[in-house]
Amino acid sequence: MTGDTTIKVTELKKWFPVRKGFFETLFSRQESFVRAVDEISFGIKAGEVFGLAGESGSGKTTTGRLVLRLIEPTSGKIFFKGRDITMLPETEIKPLRSKMQMIFQDPYESLNPRMTVRDIIAEGLGIQKLVESEKEKEEKVVEILKDVELVPPEEFLLRYPHELSGGQRQRVAVARAFVLDPEFMVTDEPVSMLDISIRAEILNLMLDLVEKFNVSFLYITHDIALARHMCNRIAVMYLGKIMEMGVAEKIVYESLHPYTKALIAAVPVPDPTSRRTKLVVKGEIPSPINPPPGCRFHTRCPIVEEICRQKEPEFIDVGNEHYVACHKAV
Amino acid sequence: MPIFDAQDLRTYYFTMRGAVKAVDGVSFQVEKGEALGLAGESGCGKTTVALSIMRILPHGGKIVGGKILFKNNDIASLKENQMKRIRWKGISIVFQGAMNALNPLFKLGDQISEAILTHESKVSKGEAMNRAQDLLELVGLEAKRVKNYPHELSGGMRQRGLIAMALACNPELLIADEPGTALDVIVQAQVLSLMDELKRKLNLAMILITHDLSIIADVCEKTAIMYAGKIVEQGDVLTIFKEPLHPYTQGLIGAFPSIKAARRRMSSISGIPPDLLDPPLGCRFHPRCRYAQEICKREEPTLTTMREGKHVVACHLISGKIP
Repeated sequence: MTGDTTIKVTELKKWFPVRKGFFETLFSRQESFVRAVDEISFGIKAGEVFGLAGESGSGKTTTGRLVLRLIEPTSGKIFFKGRDITMLPETEIKPLRSKMQMIFQDPYESLNPRMTVRDIIAEGLGIQKLVESEKEKEEKVVEILKDVELVPPEEFLLRYPHELSGGQRQRVAVARAFVLDPEFMVTDEPVSMLDISIRAEILNLMLDLVEKFNVSFLYITHDIALARHMCNRIAVMYLGKIMEMGVAEKIVYESLHPYTKALIAAVPVPDPTSRRTKLVVKGEIPSPINPPPGCRFHTRCPIVEEICRQKEPEFIDVGNEHYVACHKAV
Repeated sequence: MPIFDAQDLRTYYFTMRGAVKAVDGVSFQVEKGEALGLAGESGCGKTTVALSIMRILPHGGKIVGGKILFKNNDIASLKENQMKRIRWKGISIVFQGAMNALNPLFKLGDQISEAILTHESKVSKGEAMNRAQDLLELVGLEAKRVKNYPHELSGGMRQRGLIAMALACNPELLIADEPGTALDVIVQAQVLSLMDELKRKLNLAMILITHDLSIIADVCEKTAIMYAGKIVEQGDVLTIFKEPLHPYTQGLIGAFPSIKAARRRMSSISGIPPDLLDPPLGCRFHPRCRYAQEICKREEPTLTTMREGKHVVACHLISGKIP
């Protein structure tokens, strides 16, 4: 891992306007928004695997789509290798697309059923004009198929997705993303649709390729145990905000934020001798439309105090790349 | 005497292409106040076991052999009208998918009291509604939620509502199919601890069906690991997690990252589960097993009992047929 930051976002914000009924627009001037992502900042270094963890509705998927510029941010900035890409027009984004790739959640939906494996993987190479000839294209496809362990490649080139198992499909999706030689990759719950016995091999494969291609990897998951397994650093999101961020082991073993602690306590452990510690957090994640004032977690927090209801905690650096937003943690 | 005892249960689905042997000789017991975790990958037949016990198999599915003893009474051979008396009052089920298992057009209270009225003819409507309110309180919801429609409830609340509905007629055996899979981790943990609490409070026998071994380690006393329609290993959780003997169980346990243990490379099981229309000869796991020998391809391993019956495993490596 080197020190260069591949992706950096500062005070990134995405508010989705809420559509109201006819009468409501007549009688109320006030617009309401879903505050999906609300001023978050982080950076991902070259070759680093960075995890975004949190419950559904915490804004992690929106963040992933924002950094790839698949949706427009409300405000804030996105830097790719030091260059501000927040406002780049589509024509200038296009050449960058090969450098910023995504692996989707569901390999049963993300592959075109009418295209062969070869065409699926080669499509991007053609669009981005990364190859001179058909021969070179074929060579690249064969090579990447070997990298994702779909061997012998000749057997897979002309197959259609329906002829592949779930694990093989996800390997094709991984190959399609890596064949463009990207520098940054987003993956959103890439194994949640796969059977347990094949999850591990897809995850291990992705870790191997991250190392081989030295890409920066944004890994989005609700499973903090998986995040800790995959990632160098983890950011824990809650209602559009990053609550805590730091080195994976520190987040798990020396977590400071009560929400992180709750997430970790909620993970079932595959060991019957160490049964779960008693859960202290009650209720479910509130609506991101008009999130609670002050600290967003205060409605569920076991150690809430008066200040938490009034003042939003700052995101404080506690040293060793560890940040936390909690009045009581520091 | 266990309250529930499945003996050599076989359930096949008859299709145009032939019989799918979804459950092929499965035996296990559950005692009162005890939870058994039935684990395995998708397609291993674990949900079919649940549907067979409830006798609500879809079209084409049929119990072709074995016994399902509930309080020493074989329910596999009961007629439909006799089965009606056992369903919900004796055995009930919490279905998979909390988000979709409730009818969106009816209030939660009406759905719960409907379950009561259907199975207990002597109860009046008002009484049923009162019981629905008590049930909601039992599962940690406010009694006034009887007036809510499902869309007004969060995922966790709906799951609690479903559990309340399953408990409506005081069953003695509760089957839960993937409880909490569609829920967030924290909510899932809340639901699981609720089930654990109910099990103790009501002295329920429980069958918990899941693909997540960590959940079993967390709330069950016993576990049975299924692969391709058969149980490959079963016993009490402490023994199985400490010393899994079947290569498939070992693979499954290694495939889960533990947040408490040191970081390591996760292990995986190569290959995919077999087609149950035409399962492999011999041990069904042999095409994916790294220890497979000649005998595994020919001869099907039988269950070997170890540790005074506390641990049962079907593998030639254990039975001593492979030196």
